[in-house]
Amino acid sequence: MSALLQVSDVSVSYGKVEAVRDVTLEVRAREIVTVIGANGAGKTTLLNATMGIFPLKGRVVFDGVDIASLDIEDRVAAGLSLVPEHRELFATMTVEDNLELGAFRIAKATAAQSQERVYGLFPRLKERRKQLAGTLSGGEQQMLAMGRALMGAPKLLMLDEPSLGLAPIIVADIFRIIGELRAAGVSVLLVEQNAKAALQIADRAYVMELGEFVLDGPASDIAANEQVVASYLGFSHPA
Amino acid sequence: MREGGVRLNTTILLFLLQDGITNGAIYALLGLALVLVFAVTRVILIPQGEFITFGALTYATLSAGGVPGTASLAMVMGIVAFGFELFSTRKSLRAAKVLRAAAIYLVFPAVVLALATLLPATRPGVAVNIALSLAIVAAIGLFLYRIAFQPLAHTSVLVLLIASVGTHLALQGFGLVFFGAEGLRGPPLSDAAVTLGPLRFTGQSIAVYSITIVVMAGLWLFFGYTRMGKALRATAVNRLGARLVGIRTSLSGQLAFLLASVIGAISGILIVPITTLYYDTGFLIGLKGFVAAIIGGLVSYPLTAFAAIVVGVVEAFSSFYASNYKEVIVFTLILPVLVLRSLAAPAVEEEKD
Repeated sequence: MSALLQVSDVSVSYGKVEAVRDVTLEVRAREIVTVIGANGAGKTTLLNATMGIFPLKGRVVFDGVDIASLDIEDRVAAGLSLVPEHRELFATMTVEDNLELGAFRIAKATAAQSQERVYGLFPRLKERRKQLAGTLSGGEQQMLAMGRALMGAPKLLMLDEPSLGLAPIIVADIFRIIGELRAAGVSVLLVEQNAKAALQIADRAYVMELGEFVLDGPASDIAANEQVVASYLGFSHPA
Repeated sequence: MREGGVRLNTTILLFLLQDGITNGAIYALLGLALVLVFAVTRVILIPQGEFITFGALTYATLSAGGVPGTASLAMVMGIVAFGFELFSTRKSLRAAKVLRAAAIYLVFPAVVLALATLLPATRPGVAVNIALSLAIVAAIGLFLYRIAFQPLAHTSVLVLLIASVGTHLALQGFGLVFFGAEGLRGPPLSDAAVTLGPLRFTGQSIAVYSITIVVMAGLWLFFGYTRMGKALRATAVNRLGARLVGIRTSLSGQLAFLLASVIGAISGILIVPITTLYYDTGFLIGLKGFVAAIIGGLVSYPLTAFAAIVVGVVEAFSSFYASNYKEVIVFTLILPVLVLRSLAAPAVEEEKD
């Protein structure tokens, strides 16, 4: 089976510092893949470079097309969507307008359907639809960022630390919704420091350390790996 | 007491207010365009003055039966912009893209140039001349962004400002070449006049008010209710967020420049029947819109519109009391505003993208 996203031998540098080195990763259709690792391992850099925010060396094939030289906007058009770490919402615009712009590239009629689906996944957003995005709570902003990304009906949703800074009850809610996305046919590439929660919902996982993948395999195997348990799932982990 | 012992009485007061509001309405349009362009592209649009002059003098030239040089300038800029476009998309050249670029950068200015060359001899009337002037200036505005600002879009506000000054000087030079050092006046939009008590409203001043209101209402509807308008606002609020939903920053920039150039040209066409305009007058008029935009902090549209009316009224009264110091007084308005703003807001670093 060919992969939906195939990242091959990708390196990303900031000047002389190589933040990501020779990384190879794939996400297949209807799959949740997670990349776990400590703060500073290069996870966010990998996601941002895959989206086209930073230039990278190597090959990125998405849905059969090499997208490594495309602009962010063309990657969005191809069906790739990123919910970035800082969410990047339109703070002075309403929830409704944020969602409408999420569907900027698709037809009005399809957008209306997407909106129903997003309100179905996040009833909270429907209640708050006339409110300005900047006045929402952290959890609601994360929901809006995910909702906005889903409005464009992406084939692959990339999530960067969706649980960051949120209360545990909201984190549980967000992860439940990520699970529902797979059921709805959206593939997910999830980058998380909260390894425990990520490994619970993921199909496969990669472990990243100092810019390189040190381990990969089915999420259940990774969760049972002694090293991973010691480094990421032990009682000392803050999450 | 002043020259000739004229005192301020009710009639003069009303006349000055009316005059101030008429000019203020035009400054308001310009101020709004400046805020829009800055919010979307971070460019402080100094060539706004040239959009005014080009709009006004193109209209005046067409009305006099002449062929304006601005039409040829638009064609040349279109060819250059087309070259830029092809070069920047050389890695992903597709027929559809090339055709679209050719339609915007070549066919559009060519049609406009043909019309501007053929029509003036037939004396087509005010409406056609206005439409043609707007099309010419719109093309110049759009191509100016493509040539001078889109390649610099990722740079700092300072670099963009320097480019802005450069394009202002270049376009002003073209203005002198095309229109000469003599001033021009255009025909009024309407010769009608209405008298209400002590006030006499000329057709032109009524046109200024109504067109200002229509343009503002149009902008309000555009930004509040259309997807493209919201996309423009979104780019202003969060550039990366906008790109992540697929809104091209270059598209937003082009649209902002297109709107600004059309607004500038409209302002020029509204002014040129009232005052004689020279190739370099636009700069000073644009600067007054800029004072209003600064009072609005380069972000607030309502505050900018209100400030523009204040600028117009202050200008009218200072031309009555101290006409030699008119400009000094108007531009001094900016000082207390900047002091107050600097006290109210803590020092911030320039935004990093």
